[in-house]
Amino acid sequence: MRTRENLFLALLALPAMVVFAAFWLLPMARLVSVGASGPRGPAAYLAIVTDANYFASLVSTVTLSIGVTFSTLVVAGIAGMFLQRNDFPGRAVLVSLLTFPLAFPGVVIGFMVIMLAGRQGLIGSVTDALFGSKLVFAYSIAGLFAGYLYFSIPRVILTVMAAVEKLDRALEEAARSLGATPWQVLRDVVLPGLRPALISAGAICFATSMGAFGTAFTLATNINVLPITIYTEFTNYANFSIAAALSLVLGVITWAALAVARTLAGSTVAAAA
Amino acid sequence: MLVCAFLVVPVVLSVLAGLSQNFFVGVKSGLTLRWVAQVWSLYSGTIFLSLALALECLAATLVLGVPIAYVLARRPGRMARLFEELLVLPVAVPGLATALALILLYGEWRGFRASSLFILVGHVVFTLPFMVRSVLAVMAAMDLVTLEEAAASLGAGFFKRFFGVIVPNARYGILAGALMVVTLSVGEFNITWMLHTPLTKTIPVGLADAYASLRLEIGSAYTIVFFVMIVPLLVVMQWLSRERAPVLAGRK
Repeated sequence: MRTRENLFLALLALPAMVVFAAFWLLPMARLVSVGASGPRGPAAYLAIVTDANYFASLVSTVTLSIGVTFSTLVVAGIAGMFLQRNDFPGRAVLVSLLTFPLAFPGVVIGFMVIMLAGRQGLIGSVTDALFGSKLVFAYSIAGLFAGYLYFSIPRVILTVMAAVEKLDRALEEAARSLGATPWQVLRDVVLPGLRPALISAGAICFATSMGAFGTAFTLATNINVLPITIYTEFTNYANFSIAAALSLVLGVITWAALAVARTLAGSTVAAAA
Repeated sequence: MLVCAFLVVPVVLSVLAGLSQNFFVGVKSGLTLRWVAQVWSLYSGTIFLSLALALECLAATLVLGVPIAYVLARRPGRMARLFEELLVLPVAVPGLATALALILLYGEWRGFRASSLFILVGHVVFTLPFMVRSVLAVMAAMDLVTLEEAAASLGAGFFKRFFGVIVPNARYGILAGALMVVTLSVGEFNITWMLHTPLTKTIPVGLADAYASLRLEIGSAYTIVFFVMIVPLLVVMQWLSRERAPVLAGRK
């Protein structure tokens, strides 16, 4: 009976396993072998460190992603805290509005940055009116930064709000009644309580920023972030082995970031798109 | 509150730009649906393809995802966790890598490469974990064994148990997963951009195209079309998650 049931369950699981193996595991295995089959051989995997261009691209991507992650944590941490702790008319609507960008593809987010800081963007017109010169930063690293912030903030706000809701306010009151300053309460009570949420949200932020392709693609900047480097290697130079090797390295980095955060935070980090 | 402005203002701007005669002059140049009409004539194909893909993707993830979630819920343990972990990898790894891998392995098969099936495969691999997790979360909270034994003792065969007891009980998880899958499929760009051909363009691909080569108003109008499609989905999803919370709590 039990073995029959096991067989039956295995049969149920089979379609998903077959599709997954055929369209993800096998292609990935192929990617690994293609990565090692170029003129450089398996050394292609080291090219990201040994080749000055790729290394520069790696460094700028990592720096940008770390910068975005920390700025997002600060900004969205404050906003999430505020939204959870204060009730005001229209709060529910505002929270829903804030979560919409989660579903926007990178290209749309790039376009939002162009609307904001592009050649005919809002910031440009405002500075034009005020100072007589247009401030245009959509196509520079600042524009990328703004775009990455745009898609990171909603994710972090939601996580922070959920975590703040679970915080025990009695602890904060106890600390305050013992004479702790607001700053001490924040540092010693609130932040430790939010730590797992902040770590997991930060990891997701970092991983998505590392792999964000659409935003950078729309802004068509001259900054070589890794996804764009991979894309140009593949389409413009038909350099399949390098593209494969670089994208695998990128994949390992994002996966590792999420995995490390999960062990640190001790809870499941739901990877997000 | 500056944060909210940062997130909301560009959306408003692009809606205005898509509806105004001439964005350089501003809204006072008059409002028009001309750009929206132009988008329709240029890109209606992408809209239908996106919708079709989203529905096919939904069907595929339902057929593949619900049974596997059931199996994982029935046999929790190391193997199940390991498999779940594997399944989530396509989400943890950038879409660019997944797309490259698919092209390198299957790119030679011209017929497959040129059809929208190629994109569908990418979308299914990417959205499947969301369906599985959503359904699994609900199934893990149910007492599957007791429910099934009760049904079995009343003489229900497996299919009757599965469709009569388990699926209805997991309906919120399935519904939430389904909305997620459709939303993600409609908005997917990173994988799709690599997999598309000039004849198989989805909305985000068309958007990238419009942003790069057409006037700002058309890009904006196209963005409006995208918003109109995606926002109702998001609203239902949020409504559902709010409705669902008490139901789940009551079932514990």
